[in-house]
Amino acid sequence: MDIDQLYQDIILDHYRQPRGRGLREPYDVQVRHVNPTCGDEVDLRVRVVDGKITDISYEGMGCSISQASTSVAHELLTGRTVTEALSTVERFQEMVGSRGQVQPDESVLEDAVAFAGVAKYPARVKCALLGWMAFKDAVVQAQALVGGNDE
Amino acid sequence: MTTATTALPLDVERIRADFPILGREVNGRRLVYLDSGNTSQKPRQVIEAVREHFERHNANVARSVHTLGTEATAAYEGARAKVARFINATSAEEVVFTKNATEAINLVAYAMLAASVDRGGAVDPRFRLGPGDEVVITEMEHHSNIVPWQLLCERTGATLRWFGLTDDGRLDESTLDDLVNPRTKLVSMVLVSNILGTANDVSRIAARVREVGALLMLDGSQAVPHRPVDVGALDADFLAFTGHKMLGPTGIGVLWGRGELLAAMPPVLGGGSMIETVTMERSTFAPPPARFEAGTPPIAEAVGLGAAVDYLTAVGMESIAAYEKELAGYALERLHAVPGLRIIGPDTTVGRGATISFALAGVHPHDVGQILDAEGVQVRVGHHCARPTCVRYGVPATTRVSLYLYNTTEEIDALVAALEKVRGVFG
Repeated sequence: MDIDQLYQDIILDHYRQPRGRGLREPYDVQVRHVNPTCGDEVDLRVRVVDGKITDISYEGMGCSISQASTSVAHELLTGRTVTEALSTVERFQEMVGSRGQVQPDESVLEDAVAFAGVAKYPARVKCALLGWMAFKDAVVQAQALVGGNDE
Repeated sequence: MTTATTALPLDVERIRADFPILGREVNGRRLVYLDSGNTSQKPRQVIEAVREHFERHNANVARSVHTLGTEATAAYEGARAKVARFINATSAEEVVFTKNATEAINLVAYAMLAASVDRGGAVDPRFRLGPGDEVVITEMEHHSNIVPWQLLCERTGATLRWFGLTDDGRLDESTLDDLVNPRTKLVSMVLVSNILGTANDVSRIAARVREVGALLMLDGSQAVPHRPVDVGALDADFLAFTGHKMLGPTGIGVLWGRGELLAAMPPVLGGGSMIETVTMERSTFAPPPARFEAGTPPIAEAVGLGAAVDYLTAVGMESIAAYEKELAGYALERLHAVPGLRIIGPDTTVGRGATISFALAGVHPHDVGQILDAEGVQVRVGHHCARPTCVRYGVPATTRVSLYLYNTTEEIDALVAALEKVRGVFG
């Protein structure tokens, strides 16, 4: 496989100019996820209002794949309902974990389909998932908070 | 003691012909293996020795009266003797086989824990730790020479202290007299850093350790494969290293300990082969090294390590060290010319091994490693299990090139050409 299929322009663009980077107020939950084997880190905050993701803000350090995928997650998932966002995370996870077996749905994943090439590099799958798993963790925790408040 | 030997020039083409894997391709390119600090490749002689053991001599050791058992025992103990000679140990009994260097270091740490909680009172005080006692390490240690001592100190109430590093990648010994003092029970430090490539001269520290009556443990994982190591000359108490980084198989490591110390050290793993007599109430233990080798050991792996030691001895450790120094000089010079590249560690061939870490401006090491791989160049990227060292030099990770006796200047050229591709993608 050609290395250019991994380092797609969309990925390099998000790496050089990350969207929505920086930790912001207000937020409901902040999480820190790390890849212990490589040291990549992301701190990520979510704000959920009436079942909708109104902000995803983050800081992190790591390779182009981990940083760009977090930037794409910010762009793609902000403004979605919690249900939509979690289902998109699942599609993304399927795509990068499929070893190239799952044809990605561009209407759902949009720019995130640029990470389809990662599936062919098992060592990089965890890089692509770092920010997305942090987001999922934060949203699930935020949901629990909302549930707790309602009762 | 070894006398000064003349280093014969090393015939790298002849050596390469012994390593079958060097003939393969990666991603359609000729393999350029620059990750020997992670694990080395294996020569045909080692592969053959392991195969022959399984095909002709396989049996368990130290417990069989039959012919195969006798042959297997002779091969296993023969490997121990080879390793002992290789590091100039006083006797083969000073060599304990372990799983790897990590286990060798942990063996000493857990023996000290065992001594510290012992209620019998007959324990050698040199192994006993408690509040007020100190263990000293350095900021350039592999996690395997940090975490066992953190655990030991947490569990015994002792204090962990460490040497800092200078900006040019050397050990800062200015605090020696304060750090190593009468409260110090053990100093454990690396001979050659796995991330910076720094080769430490341990003589001043060893002298201070003797002065205060502490113990000195050395991590030789990146030294024993690459240069002559003489445990007598180093004046150490323990030395840990691993087989797979010195042309041998995985699953076999070595703890060398001074005979008198090993004889005083309490056992850690209990089980078969390490006992003298067992009753239902209590047991007495075999002398070293058997005391520290409970259960069936890695027999074929030891045989493979013995073959690796034969191979290295035949080439000559002085020759290997001299050749690697040449390679390191060439690599440092070529890497210097790469725009935006910063060497993390000593920037000269003096007092360093042939392991070179670097950062490339604007490109994360993982991305460097990925693009190098596409060009057939295999390097390690990440924190190299030495995260505190990365933090010290303000980098989250590095790209690391680690050279060995089978590498060539052409391979360093291939690395530099591949780095140009990295700059092309991320430029």
